[in-house]
Amino acid sequence: MTIDWANFTPWMSLGGGILLGIASAVFILVNGRILGISGILGGLLAPKTGDVGWRIAFVLGMLAAPMTLSLLTPDDFLSAPRIDADYVMIGIAGLLVGYGTRLGSGCTSGHGVCGLSRLSPRSLVATGIFMAAGFAIVFVIRHLL
Amino acid sequence: MTHTTVHRLSEFAVGLLFGLGLLLSGMTDPGKVLGFLDLAGAWDPSLALVMGGAIAVGFFAFGAAKNRTTNFFGGALHLPTAKDIDKRLVIGGLLFGAGWGMAGFCPGPGIVTMATGEPKAVVFVIAMIAGMLVFQFTDRKPKS
Repeated sequence: MTIDWANFTPWMSLGGGILLGIASAVFILVNGRILGISGILGGLLAPKTGDVGWRIAFVLGMLAAPMTLSLLTPDDFLSAPRIDADYVMIGIAGLLVGYGTRLGSGCTSGHGVCGLSRLSPRSLVATGIFMAAGFAIVFVIRHLL
Repeated sequence: MTHTTVHRLSEFAVGLLFGLGLLLSGMTDPGKVLGFLDLAGAWDPSLALVMGGAIAVGFFAFGAAKNRTTNFFGGALHLPTAKDIDKRLVIGGLLFGAGWGMAGFCPGPGIVTMATGEPKAVVFVIAMIAGMLVFQFTDRKPKS
């Protein structure tokens, strides 16, 4: 294994991660909700009375993030996202992510951040599995195909 | 302001904070995510620090939540009750991880990047919602 020191961003990533932790902490303690994106979205697709407003408010907040950041920082503060996958691969990936996160009851935020923070064995297994699948598929795409 | 308005504003603020965290951490750049998932290439360990930073804070918050019965607004504390490690959890994780590794997007970063107007993120989110709907309409197990 070689480390990609040129792209390693320890402070930004640690700082961003701490923000994700603070958001998750506030959401459970103040709002009483698990900050899990796939669960929040999934609940919007099967709406129940009285269980919609908080989900919409949260998603709108997420959508406002890029514009907020661009108002607070210089123009070239963040580099543009690098997306190797073509549209077909993106479409298949989206379907898998949508179906898989609902079947497995969570994604990187719900299982990976909140679940591991709660020391949930179920989330630890889920996180280990989706990370392993991610490692495996990237190995296949980048080194075998 | 009514109670409901305060609630909606607080949820909006948390969503905004979470979105900013995703942008700053590098999670919204698929190139960076794949740099982390590519163990056999030039490995970028940054995402381990994202997880570490988030969990370091979350650990104390959820520790405190365990000892409470209500949230700060006095409402219910919705902590997960499912404990079963079953086929659904395993297969769901495998499918999600495969999609994550193909695109470099997981759900949150997909949504945030969509808001920048990036067309591939728009396609990703539409496909993700379609995948969620397929699950919803084909799933036989009643949701608790």
